[in-house]
Amino acid sequence: MEDAEIKAKTKKESDRTGFEPHIIGFLCNWCTYAGADLAGTSRIGYPTNIKAVRVPCSGRVDAMYVINALKNGADGVLVSGCHPGDCHYNQGNYYAKRRFMVLREIFSAMGINPERLQMSWCSAAEGAKWAKIVAQVSEKIRELGPFEGI
Amino acid sequence: MARIGVFVCWCGSNIAGTVDVKKVAEEVSKLPYVVYSTDYKYMCSDPGQNMIKEAIKEHRLTGVVVSACSPRMHEVTFRRTVQDEGVNPYMMEMANIREHCSWVHDDMEQATEKAIELVRMAVAKAVELEPMEKIEVPVTKRALVIGGGIAGIQAALDIADGGVEVILVEKSPSIGGKMSQLDETFPTLDCSQCILTPKMVDAAQHPNIKIYSYAELEELDGFIGNFQARIRQKARSVDMDLCNGCGDCWNKCPQKKIPSEFEAGMSYRTAIYVPFPQALPNTPVIDRENCIYFQSGKCGTCAKICPTGAISYDKSDEFITEEVGAVVVATGYDLFNTDVIGEYGYGEVPDVISGLQFERLSSASGPTEGKIVRPSDGKKPEEVAFICCVGSRDDKYGRPYCSRICCMYTAKHAILLHHKSHGSQAYVFYIDVRAGGKGYEEFVRRATEEEGAIYMRGRGSRLYRDNGKVVVKGADTLSGAQIELHCDMVVLANGIIASPGAEELARKLRISYDEYGFYSEAHPKLRPVETNTAGIYLAGCCQAPKDIPDSVSQASAAASKVLALFSSDILTREPNIAEVNPFTCTGCFTCREVCPYDAIDEEEVTVHIDGKKVTRMIARVNLGKCQGCGICCAVCRSNAINLKGTKDLQIFGQIKAFTGSEGKKLDEPVGLKK
Repeated sequence: MEDAEIKAKTKKESDRTGFEPHIIGFLCNWCTYAGADLAGTSRIGYPTNIKAVRVPCSGRVDAMYVINALKNGADGVLVSGCHPGDCHYNQGNYYAKRRFMVLREIFSAMGINPERLQMSWCSAAEGAKWAKIVAQVSEKIRELGPFEGI
Repeated sequence: MARIGVFVCWCGSNIAGTVDVKKVAEEVSKLPYVVYSTDYKYMCSDPGQNMIKEAIKEHRLTGVVVSACSPRMHEVTFRRTVQDEGVNPYMMEMANIREHCSWVHDDMEQATEKAIELVRMAVAKAVELEPMEKIEVPVTKRALVIGGGIAGIQAALDIADGGVEVILVEKSPSIGGKMSQLDETFPTLDCSQCILTPKMVDAAQHPNIKIYSYAELEELDGFIGNFQARIRQKARSVDMDLCNGCGDCWNKCPQKKIPSEFEAGMSYRTAIYVPFPQALPNTPVIDRENCIYFQSGKCGTCAKICPTGAISYDKSDEFITEEVGAVVVATGYDLFNTDVIGEYGYGEVPDVISGLQFERLSSASGPTEGKIVRPSDGKKPEEVAFICCVGSRDDKYGRPYCSRICCMYTAKHAILLHHKSHGSQAYVFYIDVRAGGKGYEEFVRRATEEEGAIYMRGRGSRLYRDNGKVVVKGADTLSGAQIELHCDMVVLANGIIASPGAEELARKLRISYDEYGFYSEAHPKLRPVETNTAGIYLAGCCQAPKDIPDSVSQASAAASKVLALFSSDILTREPNIAEVNPFTCTGCFTCREVCPYDAIDEEEVTVHIDGKKVTRMIARVNLGKCQGCGICCAVCRSNAINLKGTKDLQIFGQIKAFTGSEGKKLDEPVGLKK
């Protein structure tokens, strides 16, 4: 998606429904958080919907954080870490991936749309990619509409 | 009761241009626990920092939130600021409203709303923060260097010159490595052994260096500053103190047909042997697998004739444990085995040799005393073909990388051929010529322009024996011609691969390696000699293919890291590591299973249950090894382990604060713009 396209789409959607998704992002300190900083330094624009929580590793993110986030007003959750093989702590991102694949299955079983939990890999050098991820995830959650509770 | 002060930075117009900072400060002042909230143009400046200190004093703040740039920028700055005023440095939290907000959004209303939310989250975390103290760990000021090639020797010398004791472990009977097998080195054509042996002698005689040769690392336990290295000293069968190097034993040894590793298989050695005359230590070793006595019980000649009685057959391997604080890995490389290449004859054409074998032919102390001759009949080769990129830049053999030294050593071989074998002509089949070092390009031009080596751009596609000659089929892509060269000898420039046993060693050290077996550096650009395992450093080709100058540089760099580590008696570590609650831990050790750093120890606790004393094992975090990743915390089934600095409560606080949804009904769309 081009930046201008993203902005245009964002404006149209929110004008129509007045719905701005609230998304909480768990960003791993070594890769994604740094990548997001790079997006900032490079002044790459993206929507305002994702608020970041800094964690040392995507593997730190407990399933309960995701569930609590949804209970506390989040419409979606993004967990983002280092690329497979590049985890600063060797293997944390693998545990995160497995954990959230299972959590998505549980969500399906409970009637929560599993797409409300998104995962991404973004390295410290990928500022532009982070902007794209934010735009795409925001768009996805906007399509799903507000989270009405379990 | 937490008393939080919030400081919102303008950062000139960087933040204030897009975020209404005054509004942020005002909204945040209404939050519970916030007793003071203000804004300022440049929080990181001296007046800005003084403002924080004054506020701490005046409002008796217990915690501080600075909402400004990224914590990756100024977290350390503001931790120091609050510490100066007597507040624990870990009671400071930053909200990133620049890189993550003002710099990436342009709608002032939306950006301000997001900034308020981010600060609200930071305040919620600050309320749950706890004071922490840096962890102090003692340091053993001794270093272990694994590998006695040029990189290992250089690292050992630099560390030893810095006043630190070094243990140097080398698995061959002598130190020196591959550099001792080379004839002359590019681009200076220095005699390799002439420049290497003085360093070898320095290392052997240095009061701070202890060499274990014919020894290997068996196990490495512990953590940075506190390693225990268990070394296997293999049985030489020859007493190093009694042996006087007379050589009677190897002169009389009847087993003379063992292919010599040092001569790259170009000639033979005996079962009791010293790898090369300048070997250090100059004590022979018995190769038990090929020794007649050890295999069949017969012979025993060497022990009988040894004038000092230094030989005894009943010695076995010994194990020694050395306490060290840091490890430098300098285990070098191996060379691609050209025998697997069918197009080049599967290693069965006798006059096709490898780069290292050519070095031995050319070397004055080699099997032919420096005369370059054909292995098949000992005659002078009039025409020699050199084929580059053998096993390198080749996906077919799973090695797409460039081995970095072959273009240079091939040019060197062409020059040596022209010098030592008058009238002989070198033909080089190349793809690209990589000559990026100092004096390298000029050296290659010397080969082509002064020595008259003929360079043809094209791979050698096939070679075979024909009537005593070797036929090389190739192409010259620059002229478009097919080439068929009938020459006397072919040298294959085989590339660098990981040394044998590299992966096994990496597992013992708990360091990472890539798909080729080269060890992973902590950051490819900015941290080339550290690994992700604290206290373990890299030097030389074990990290990636490189030439001698770069190996020496990297070795000195690794040495400087070790000396920096040892510059104080204690190692201070950041305290954001895991912590076990001994009351709720059930001792399932799932945490230990997932820990990448082996940082969970067992602790015995005694509890009283129903009036009876019960002893059980629970987990305890090793303060030296834990790197603070928190994977254990997410898998703990009893919620007994938490990560200081990002505790569960601290994260939950942020989650609750993020939409300010306290009191709001969930079916009301939150964040609706009015």
